[in-house]
Amino acid sequence: MHLALRTIFSLWIAVVTLPMLAQTNVQAPDNMAKRMQACTTCHGAQGITSNQAYFPRIAGKPAGYLFNQLQNFKEGRRHYGLMVVMVEHLSDAYLLDMAQYFANLDLPYQNPAPLKTPASDASLQFGKTLSLQGDKSRNIPACTSCHGAALMGVQPAIPALLGLPRDYLAGQLGAWQTGLRRGHAPDCMGRIAKMLQPTDVDAVANWLASQPVPAYTKAAASLPEPLVEKCGGVK
Amino acid sequence: MVQVIKSQFVALNPVKRTFAVLAVILSLLCVAAAVLIVNELSATNLLDTNLIANKAINTPASGNNSENNSDNISENKSSLKPPNDALQRGAYLAKVGNCAACHTARGGATYAGGKAIATPFGAVYTSNITPDFETGIGHWSVDAFYRALHEGRSADGHLLTPAFPYPNYTHITRADSDDLYTFFMHGVAPVAQVNRAHELPFPFNTQFALAFWRTLFFEKADQNTAKNTINIIAVQAINTPATGQFKSSKTSDEQVQRGAYLVRGLGHCSACHAERNALGASVNNPFSDQFLSGALMPMRDWYAPSLVDKAEAGVTHLPKQDVVNLLKTGIAPNASVLGPMAEVVAGSTQFWTDADLNATATYLQSLPQISAHVDVKSSIKSTTSANVKSQAAHLFRGAELFTQHCATCHGEQGQGMRVEGNVALPALAGNRAITMPNTTNLVRILLAGGYAPSTAGNPRPFGMPPFVHVLNDTDIAAVTTYIRNAWGNQAGAVTATEVVRVRRGVE
Repeated sequence: MHLALRTIFSLWIAVVTLPMLAQTNVQAPDNMAKRMQACTTCHGAQGITSNQAYFPRIAGKPAGYLFNQLQNFKEGRRHYGLMVVMVEHLSDAYLLDMAQYFANLDLPYQNPAPLKTPASDASLQFGKTLSLQGDKSRNIPACTSCHGAALMGVQPAIPALLGLPRDYLAGQLGAWQTGLRRGHAPDCMGRIAKMLQPTDVDAVANWLASQPVPAYTKAAASLPEPLVEKCGGVK
Repeated sequence: MVQVIKSQFVALNPVKRTFAVLAVILSLLCVAAAVLIVNELSATNLLDTNLIANKAINTPASGNNSENNSDNISENKSSLKPPNDALQRGAYLAKVGNCAACHTARGGATYAGGKAIATPFGAVYTSNITPDFETGIGHWSVDAFYRALHEGRSADGHLLTPAFPYPNYTHITRADSDDLYTFFMHGVAPVAQVNRAHELPFPFNTQFALAFWRTLFFEKADQNTAKNTINIIAVQAINTPATGQFKSSKTSDEQVQRGAYLVRGLGHCSACHAERNALGASVNNPFSDQFLSGALMPMRDWYAPSLVDKAEAGVTHLPKQDVVNLLKTGIAPNASVLGPMAEVVAGSTQFWTDADLNATATYLQSLPQISAHVDVKSSIKSTTSANVKSQAAHLFRGAELFTQHCATCHGEQGQGMRVEGNVALPALAGNRAITMPNTTNLVRILLAGGYAPSTAGNPRPFGMPPFVHVLNDTDIAAVTTYIRNAWGNQAGAVTATEVVRVRRGVE
């Protein structure tokens, strides 16, 4: 390096790093929050993301759902590379700790305003009908029949569908259709997604992403009726 | 006949005569090579017949296995109760060799194979090594099993690809092989899963290519020679005053031998930590300069650092207990493992006995050190002299990014954080993983993040977030160059071009 610049830089470094001598053995906060900092660049500072990006919010999701997903990444039922790298050498006990940590975070939704969508009114209306009533002629159940009347999920293992980015929703439905995303067998969501046409996926993702998050954001304790599908991930 | 050739030869002019002589020599060489290769191939059939004969008449094979003769009769294995200690030893050895890491697909049944091993020649799919009779190795004899480890041949005699590290496993003793066999036959549940064919293009998919490769690069270990070699190393180690670790005592001699056996054999450390040549052969000879001297892992974009260089992952200057702890728990006072080594700790070394870990550490500390470290000052000069101004700007930008993204965990002065004396969030100051010449791992960890493995000693590890979607190539280059040159660190600059290469592997 050029001598003058090198000297300046070395001096600057020396000044900055002198105090280091005094603190070579800093204790890390021995808690989950510090351990979960690895999640923050994608899932937000405390597991909260807005519905504008791609990465889903994980704070406040049912613990059973989060644990299933962590296991799915570890065991090859989901394939997002960055997540696989994170969890592949972690024990199930630790994954359960992680799931419970994020499930217990009771934090407000950052951006409850509905997403502006380029979809046509007709497509949105179709998405709404499919989400709330399903399509009996094709044996497609309504989203609400499993994800709760408010679509904010059901304890212990069914996730919310509102407050998520449109691209994430469409991406997941697509991955389920191709078998790239799977759940524990019997894979209920996989079976349903495979019945959807591309226009269905588009309409449902647009409508769900354009809905405001309700005032009560937590997952319902239970469903009024038994699940219409057999789901391996819901025990 | 000879007369005719002689008269013809004399009739040629001197130039043609030279060519004729050369042609004859070349032909002879070709014949010699062909004999060697055919020897590799034909040995197949002979041995194969033997094995089939063994199986067919259901007799105990050759008998050089003193302990487990009952297991030689593979057909009746389920009715025979194996010696319990052999089963336990075999289970332990399977962990030491980390067989499951390759022979288990993600989410698949343990040892049922089907995992793709990417090689520069194409994908190799690991085989089913459960005792299923049809699709696994249930029909293998104890001799066939030993031959697979020792010579790289399947039970039907065909040559195995060296993606299966038999250049390492050839050092496994017959007794250990027999214990492993007992474990795989009696301690593993049979799983019916048909092996998937390798995706190797011509000519790499031929037995001829493998025979050719073996002629050049593979020599099966003679158990006696192997022992002698290890003895020589042990003696060397003890006589080297520089290491200062050993008194000429029997204990450390035995430890070094045991360590060498684990490192070179079942542990197959050289499969990653030694450079492979253009045909994929790596050095496992402790007398070579390239032995465990570090290598970029083919197709995986991770650098397995040198175990014989203090500037990388050499361990001669470290307390032995730190080496043991790193392998046992994944963390030590000044290091933690990520990437492929996290896989090794999670699946293998955390289960090793303290005696074996100590032996391994003792052996690694006995290795003569070779510095592959490039002249850092000249490398900085060469990368920066072209554009000094932008380089300085680069460093200040790096410092800015460090404060913004890294300092809350790694400390304003790169001092890191610890929990109970071990690394939680690694120090960057004085960290070899940051300053070693090959920057692949550093860039990769910044891009993709990761967690140290969960182990009994560190059940809830800390992790590093990915920045692949947060920082662009120039920024990654800036911040890595900065941390390689702050707080007393001194190492070459990282360029955006290098980041692009690694990013391709991550995305």
